[in-house]
Amino acid sequence: MAETVVAPTPPTGAPLPTGMRPGPLPVGTRASMLLRCLAIQGAWNYEILNGNGIGFCVEPALRHLPGGVDGDAYRAALARQCAYFNAHPYLASLAVGALARAELDQTPPEKLVRFRTALCGPLGSLGDRLVWAAWLPACSLVALLLFGLGAGPAMVAFGFLVLYNAGHLALRAWGLGAGWLHGLRLASALGANWLQRGPQYIARGAALVAGVALPFAAHRAIGGGASLEPVSLAVMACTPVLGVLLVRLHGKVEGWQLLFGLLALLVLYSTVLH
Amino acid sequence: MLPLTLDLLPVLVLGAILGLDVVSFPQAMISRPIVAATLAGAFAGQTAAGLVVGVALECLALETLPFGASRYPEWGSASVVGGLVGTRGADGALLPEPAAWVIGVMAAIATAWLGGWTMVWHRRLIARWARVRLDAMAGGSMRTVMSLQVYGLTADLLRGAALTLLGLLLAWPASGWAVNAWRLGATETRGALVIGAAGVAASAVWKVLHGYSVTRRLFVAGLAVGTVLVGLRG
Repeated sequence: MAETVVAPTPPTGAPLPTGMRPGPLPVGTRASMLLRCLAIQGAWNYEILNGNGIGFCVEPALRHLPGGVDGDAYRAALARQCAYFNAHPYLASLAVGALARAELDQTPPEKLVRFRTALCGPLGSLGDRLVWAAWLPACSLVALLLFGLGAGPAMVAFGFLVLYNAGHLALRAWGLGAGWLHGLRLASALGANWLQRGPQYIARGAALVAGVALPFAAHRAIGGGASLEPVSLAVMACTPVLGVLLVRLHGKVEGWQLLFGLLALLVLYSTVLH
Repeated sequence: MLPLTLDLLPVLVLGAILGLDVVSFPQAMISRPIVAATLAGAFAGQTAAGLVVGVALECLALETLPFGASRYPEWGSASVVGGLVGTRGADGALLPEPAAWVIGVMAAIATAWLGGWTMVWHRRLIARWARVRLDAMAGGSMRTVMSLQVYGLTADLLRGAALTLLGLLLAWPASGWAVNAWRLGATETRGALVIGAAGVAASAVWKVLHGYSVTRRLFVAGLAVGTVLVGLRG
C-alpha cells in the first residue's frame, strides 16, 4: 500500500506543493465549503440540476491548485465541477469532499468525470432513503409525540429543530470529511454499515413512535377531554377508516388533496346549509 | 382587508425565509409546518394556537417526500399563511377558533399546492439563466458560478414573499367571513379536522415506512399502546 505523504496545511489561497498528497483541508477552506454546502441547491435548475451548486461548494478548495484563482488548472477544474450533477443535497457533501480531493490530487480529467457521473445515483437514492423517508418523518413524529404529551410551543419546535439538525449537520460535516479522506475510493465510505442500515433502524423507530404519537396528538388537539366523550370516540373510530381509505387510494389521490375537498364540504355545510 | 396590525413586512420576510429553507438554503427544516406555523402564530401573538395549526399541517406534510426534481407542496411559506389565518381570534387559547382553524388549514393546503408550482417556475427561470451562461461556466468563470447561485437564492426569497402575500390576500378575508358565518359547534368542527389530519398522517406513515420489515407491525402495535394509554389517561 502506497504511503500517503501529508503536506503541511497551506494558508487559504496558497497552492499545495506539487507531487504531494493534500493533508487535512485548511480550516478556513473546510469551513467555507461546509457553509456553502448549506446553499448547494441555491441554483438548482432543470438544465444542469445541481451542477452549479457543486462548483460553488468545491471552489474554495480549487484555489489551492497551482496558479491559484488565475491559473488554468483552477478554471478547468471549476468548469468540470459545474457540469450536470444530481444527488441528495445532504450527501452531496460527500461528493464535494471527494471531488475537491480528486481535483487537488490532479486526477486525470477523464477519470474524474467518470467518477463524478457515477456518484449521482448512489448519493441520490441513499440520501432519499436515509433523510427524506426516514430521518425527517422520524423527527416530525417525535415532535408530534412531544405535543401529544403536553409540551409547549418552544419545546416542540426547538425539540424538533435540535433533533433534526443534529443529524442533518452531522451528516453534512461527516460527508465533507469522509469525501476528502477517501477521494476516489468513496465506495468504502458509502458502504458504511450505519449508512446502509440506518434507514431501516430509523424507520422502525419512527413507526413505533408514530403509533404512540398519533392518539396522544389527536387527543390533545381536540381539547384533551374525557376519552369516552362522543367526539373522542368518533376520532378513534373514524381516523383509522380514513387512513385505510387513503392507503387504498394510494397513487390516485393524495391525502392533503382529499382533506381539502372534505374541508370545503365542511365549510359549505357549516356556513350555508346548516 | 389585510391584517395590517400584524405588520405585514415582517410576516412577508418570515414567509420568504421559510420558503427559502425548503430547498435553497439551509434546509434546516425551519420550514416544516410544526415550526413554521408556530413562528407565524408567535408573530400574531398566538404561539400556542399556532403550534396546534402546525400540528395539523405537519400531519399532512408527513405525506410529502421532497424528492429531487419532482413537484411537491411547498409547506414553508404555506405554513406562515396557515399559521396566521388559522390563529385568527384565538385570544391566547391553546386551541384555535374552529372556523379560522379550518380556513387556515385549507389556505395552507392551497398555498402549498401553488408553492409547488412556483418552485417549478423558479427552477425553469434559473435554467434559463444557466443556459445563457453555459459558455462562461465552461470557461471556469468563478463570477458566473457565484452570480447564478446568488440570483437563484434571491429569486427564491422573492418567490416565498410573493407566495405568502398572495396566500394572505386571499385567505384573510375568507377567514373573516367564515368566522362570522360558522354554525357548526366548536367540538364537532375540531373533531372533523383532527380526524382528517390524523387520518392523512396514519396513511402517510403506512405508505412512507412500508419498505422495511416489521415497520407496519410496529406502527399498529404503537397505535394500540397509544390508544390504551390515552384511554387510561382520560
